Amino acid sequence: MAKKLSKVPVVVVGMGWAGGIISAELTKAGINVVGLERGKERSTADYFMGHDELRYQHRTELMQDLAKETITHRNSPDQRALPMRRYGTFIIGDGVGGAGSHWNGQTYRFLPYDFEIKTMTEKKYGKGKIKSDMPIQDWGITYDELEPYYDTFEKMAGTSGETVELYGKRKNDYPTGPMKKTPTLEVFEAATKNLGYKPYMVSSGNLSESYTNPDGIARGACQYCAYCENFGCEYGAKADPVVTVLPVAQKTGKLDLRTHANVLKVTKNSTKATGVIYVDTMTGIEYEQPADVVVVASYVFNNAKLLLTSGLGEAYNPKTGKGTVGKNYCYQVSSGWSTALFDNQEFNTYAGAGALGMEIPEYTGDHFDHKNLDFIHGAGIRMFQYGNRPIANNVVPEGTPNWGPEFKKASIKYANSWLKVASQGASMPHINNYLDLDPTYKDEYGMPILRMTYDYTDQDKALVKYMAKVTNKIAKEMGADHIITAGEQGPFNVNKDTNTHNTGGVIMGADRETSVLNSYLQMWDVDNVFVVGASAFPHNSCFNPTGTLGALSYRAAEGIEKYLKDGGSLVKVK
Amino acid sequence: MAAKDNKQSHVESNSRRDFIKNSGLTLGGLVLGGAFGGLLNVNSKSKADSADNKSNKPQLTANPNVALMFFTQEEYNLTQAAADRIYPADDNGPGAKDLNAAIYIDHQLAGSYGINAKDYRFGPYYEGRETAGTQTKMLRKDIFLTGLKALDTYSQKHFKDKFTALDTEKQDKVLTAFSEGKVKLYGNVPSTEFFGLLRSLTIEGVYADPMYGGNKDMLGWKMRKYPGSRMNYNQEIMSEKFVTLEPQGLNSHMNH
Repeated sequence: MAKKLSKVPVVVVGMGWAGGIISAELTKAGINVVGLERGKERSTADYFMGHDELRYQHRTELMQDLAKETITHRNSPDQRALPMRRYGTFIIGDGVGGAGSHWNGQTYRFLPYDFEIKTMTEKKYGKGKIKSDMPIQDWGITYDELEPYYDTFEKMAGTSGETVELYGKRKNDYPTGPMKKTPTLEVFEAATKNLGYKPYMVSSGNLSESYTNPDGIARGACQYCAYCENFGCEYGAKADPVVTVLPVAQKTGKLDLRTHANVLKVTKNSTKATGVIYVDTMTGIEYEQPADVVVVASYVFNNAKLLLTSGLGEAYNPKTGKGTVGKNYCYQVSSGWSTALFDNQEFNTYAGAGALGMEIPEYTGDHFDHKNLDFIHGAGIRMFQYGNRPIANNVVPEGTPNWGPEFKKASIKYANSWLKVASQGASMPHINNYLDLDPTYKDEYGMPILRMTYDYTDQDKALVKYMAKVTNKIAKEMGADHIITAGEQGPFNVNKDTNTHNTGGVIMGADRETSVLNSYLQMWDVDNVFVVGASAFPHNSCFNPTGTLGALSYRAAEGIEKYLKDGGSLVKVK
Repeated sequence: MAAKDNKQSHVESNSRRDFIKNSGLTLGGLVLGGAFGGLLNVNSKSKADSADNKSNKPQLTANPNVALMFFTQEEYNLTQAAADRIYPADDNGPGAKDLNAAIYIDHQLAGSYGINAKDYRFGPYYEGRETAGTQTKMLRKDIFLTGLKALDTYSQKHFKDKFTALDTEKQDKVLTAFSEGKVKLYGNVPSTEFFGLLRSLTIEGVYADPMYGGNKDMLGWKMRKYPGSRMNYNQEIMSEKFVTLEPQGLNSHMNH
């Protein structure tokens, strides 16, 4: 039996961006919060030896330990799902800070088009444009309504960037200016300008200059040391819950943060959630933490899993289309890139930062005509200077073997002589792409693990073919001597490194028949449960998800405060 | 055999036969070779023997990391040879062998990576498929050792000699067969599992921080002008010209 603890107003599951923001906002308002984190405590001191490519990137130091839990995957409902036994494509955060510690820092807003995608697509192209197997929907909130929350997130994080005309209107400029426009980025800038595009500096969570945020948190500027994604920032220049929202929450004395606390389920009575059961992962002792409000703020996968194992909401059934939990799992499509190799030019690409990049806005969302195209939405065509670490980056011209004398020669010759024009494509939902519980495989605690049924769709494949032509054209204009283009999107492979932007499964909307959450990320069915994260996205845009996740977290925090005062559903049921 | 005699054999003799004779390592007239050959090679050149050392302090060879915690000597030699074909010496500089990639591989397989400590290992195990990643229950350390054995078996079968005795052209033919999954490794495990591991461990052994045992003297980094672990590139990143910096390892932070 779990040991029963005394009741608290709010329990938050997960201490990443979502849980950190909620905890900071509620504790600042004087509300006591218990924060449960399955992983360990973290601080910048952990990264004294942080520039270790092997340990952090290839041995996934900051990631969920797959020996304890993983997901299973199958490409279609008729296959047997098999467990992801090692990391291939996704990286799932673990420990205080969560994915907010190991991210690159690319901080975008989604487009006005994203939030009203169904209405706007039908209005412009007619009802037939959206195929019946693509359950896209409006989000139940508009860009204009979300704008102030984006602004709050960016001010907290100190986001560095420049305004892009084509994107949604901003009330304020970015709190800090864009990152350094390096000679390497200028190659992309010149080529895209020559082709008539309007390249811009990507907005960054790696600070371009020292910055003090409204909470009084001061951080120094990025040093371009090249160790962002998969790594923690020893300098605190990268926006991370550990150096922003969590210290603010802790300073109030009202956050009781418990590490090594893995939540197994949300407890409930006939109408409300009553708290959570968690296990101390070091001792195996189970605890019951009663609470007035339960905030599920872990990663996409565990948000969906917790609802399913707790019997909260109705599980989605792809055969009948009924049920909503697990529905609209989306990802992103990353083929369509072109790598440009140069025979006689070397770039300082050992240096870099996770969000040091340029992008063109012209192929995002509905900024180009889709009338004669068999896909909707678009892609961010972009080039980043991440800093090329040597184990991970061995780029050779097409036709070169991947080992042996020719490989060594070519990989050394081009070590500092390639630039990648990437395409990050939006991901639309499909009725057969969803999350549910695996019938066979269990985690270390005996709970079923999450099963992902997912493959790229015809929409994705058409989008990739289109974008590959654009990236190839840009690579040519950059003056490449050799170009490698990923012109086609193959089947989804859980073992291939492509992208880690998982979204959906516990989606928001205006209609309780087709969504789990209202626009405060409050469950329609159980009004004292809020499920916060990219799991709430009804589809995934072509931008990195953290900015939108952060904005929605601030809105959810406001909703929780309102709920604690007034109770009831915060949005009228349609 | 008396300790005194044994000591003398280290100090005075470079001869394997004398060492074995004096230390009594024979059984029914058969010399027990293999493992001790390696010891002898090290010790015969070493000045570490206390009898010959006036200060009477223990001394280490230049790099104490160059020692084995997992492989037999035979397995080590074979790993060196195979890794050196993945990443050979050339005009750019040393190959995997001289960069101590096999030492790195030995250390990795001896530790948590070798026993898949961070992998999901609950059953049931089913046959994998292309999009599902590896599904074998076999541990990395066992895949690797089985793969080494298979390298020799395949070499004997096709080229009538063990792998390390083949010329590089033939060694490449053997490795190519393994990379294409043409060799049965063990049970249902294809040779690509071994080859993939050999390749990735070799690249890691050449480019990981020297703390792990490979990338000797940071020469792996130096060849590709990689500066290793530095705290900032504020100047370099804005330079129009390529800036070559001397590599620094994690060890350089220890004084901070």
